[in-house]
Amino acid sequence: MARSAVIIGASVAGVRTAQALRASGYPDAITLVDQDPLVPYDRPPLSKQFLAGAWTTDDFSLLPAGQADRLGVEILRGRRAVSLDPGRRVVELSGGAALAYDVLVVATGARARPSPWPVPDRVFVLRTLSDARALRSALRPGRRLIVIGGGFIGAEVATTARDRGLSVTVVDPLVAPLARLVGDKVGRYLARLPGRYGVETRFGVAAEAVVADGAGLSARLSDGEVIRADLAVVGIGTVPNDDWLSRSGLVVDDGVVCDERGRADGTGSVYAVGDVARWYSPGHGCHRRIEHWTSAVDQAACVGQQIAQPAGTPPLPGADYVWSDQYGVTVQLAGSTHATLEHHWVRDQLRPGRLAILYSKGGLLRGGVTVDWPRAILACRRALARRAPVAEVSRTLAGMLGSPSGAAQPRTAAAAGGRGNHRARSDAGKDASETETASRSLRAKPDVVPEPGKGR
Amino acid sequence: MPWVKADRDLCKGYGNCAMTDPDVFDVDGDGTVLVLRESVPEADRSRVEAAVRSCPVSALSVQDE
Ligand SMILES: Cc1cc2nc3c(=O)[nH]c(=O)nc-3n(C[C@H](O)[C@H](O)[C@H](O)COP(=O)(O)OP(=O)(O)OC[C@H]3O[C@@H](n4cnc5c(N)ncnc54)[C@H](O)[C@@H]3O)c2cc1C
Ligand code: SF4
Repeated sequence: MARSAVIIGASVAGVRTAQALRASGYPDAITLVDQDPLVPYDRPPLSKQFLAGAWTTDDFSLLPAGQADRLGVEILRGRRAVSLDPGRRVVELSGGAALAYDVLVVATGARARPSPWPVPDRVFVLRTLSDARALRSALRPGRRLIVIGGGFIGAEVATTARDRGLSVTVVDPLVAPLARLVGDKVGRYLARLPGRYGVETRFGVAAEAVVADGAGLSARLSDGEVIRADLAVVGIGTVPNDDWLSRSGLVVDDGVVCDERGRADGTGSVYAVGDVARWYSPGHGCHRRIEHWTSAVDQAACVGQQIAQPAGTPPLPGADYVWSDQYGVTVQLAGSTHATLEHHWVRDQLRPGRLAILYSKGGLLRGGVTVDWPRAILACRRALARRAPVAEVSRTLAGMLGSPSGAAQPRTAAAAGGRGNHRARSDAGKDASETETASRSLRAKPDVVPEPGKGR
Repeated sequence: MPWVKADRDLCKGYGNCAMTDPDVFDVDGDGTVLVLRESVPEADRSRVEAAVRSCPVSALSVQDE
């Protein structure tokens, strides 16, 4: 029988694995299987450019027309994997068909945690292209939206909905929703962004019930308040799609447990990548399931090359990295940004919206968070890869302040009066009175302080 | 020889290309990709293609000339 690689899940982790296999010279058949008839498409635009109406599906296909054929990859759409027998090397698909493989890659990702309060056509979740289509057609100007969950997805949906002219309230039981990821102080800073963007928040109170109310909804909060709205989006996390493996004998524990190169069974015939995978992380000394796009791509590159070139050294995934476009700014996180690490803030006086927070331990950089400062997060990621001292990184960032392109545009009245997006971008850092003191002639000074300033 | 093209309007400054292939890509002070070398030797093709696949907004491409 001909040799073959079977990849279950044709989203970013699965598609990138197929591409990495071919790029590394894998000669045999590759089959991608997905239950979703609309694959392969990418997910980050679903809460951003697609939801906003700026992109069509052609803009975020993961394998644009013709590429699958050129790569020699077969895609089976609308077919669900229902069970796996690793001993016989067979995957059973919905409808009764079975696929034999030499190498299997599990890339089944995660699904949105369902809303505890389902109300058809009024309460939405966002994970798939059909979710995004349904939500997009419900986001009509003038409507009132409640977003339950202030994490990345909630923040991005709130932003896009606001841009489309809805009035939006975000509810989260934490006073600073992103504090789970970045610690309290940075979390509190980020929790002020929605207000500046014209999005209302109820942080520190939980939603207790959402019920149909006339043509709309009403949500009851833990402090007794009742909010009325036309629709709600529930973004309260995900559940890994590992149920179909429960009788396979693989170790499944909130994701498929793998070694540090994605091997799930120890023999090199089953791997897992992306949101469904829980790889061992030598740096953390434990298994971690990471739900970021870049990790999926890194893991796919590692596994694809490993399968195609068993004798080689596959590229191991880099430090965690995630971006989020929310409330008119780009927030980027790299490495460990845990509350228990030391952290200090770097600000650009000429560009008050721009900010970096460096997390360190024992003098070594451990992670970074930036707001509207892509070059700084890149410096952090490169420094993390070299295990560089935090002092060196903070010097690098200080050197970027006041550089011609780094500080080209002090905030002007014209910029402040522009589109909603731009206004929020300029205002994100400090309030206007402080901003106004920056002038073109002022040389940017590194403003490295141990904690955020008071009174904002 | 592979030629690298970047669509600077599409780029969102996510920086993955510059992590994957630092010899060819960087990010400037405004958060936009910079192509450091437009033509890359054949031997570096696979790395540059990996960088192209690492871009979340498909702002990069490799063409043959
Ligand atoms: C709206 C949204 C915005 C996001 N924005 C960002 C962002 O800005 N930055 C970032 O880093 N990350 C972002 N993410 C996260 C990122 O998209 C995920 O980390 C990434 O999609 C993971 O890819 P994956 O291939 O592992 O899994 P998934 O994308 O979940 O894909 C899994 C695929 O497997 C299929 N499948 C599942 N079970 C089966 C089965 N039994 N049989 C057959 N097929 C099956 C599914 O249909 C699906 O197509 C976002 C996610 C969403 C939903
Ligand atoms: S990966 Fe794409 S978005 Fe990111 S810097 Fe490179 S070109 Fe820009």
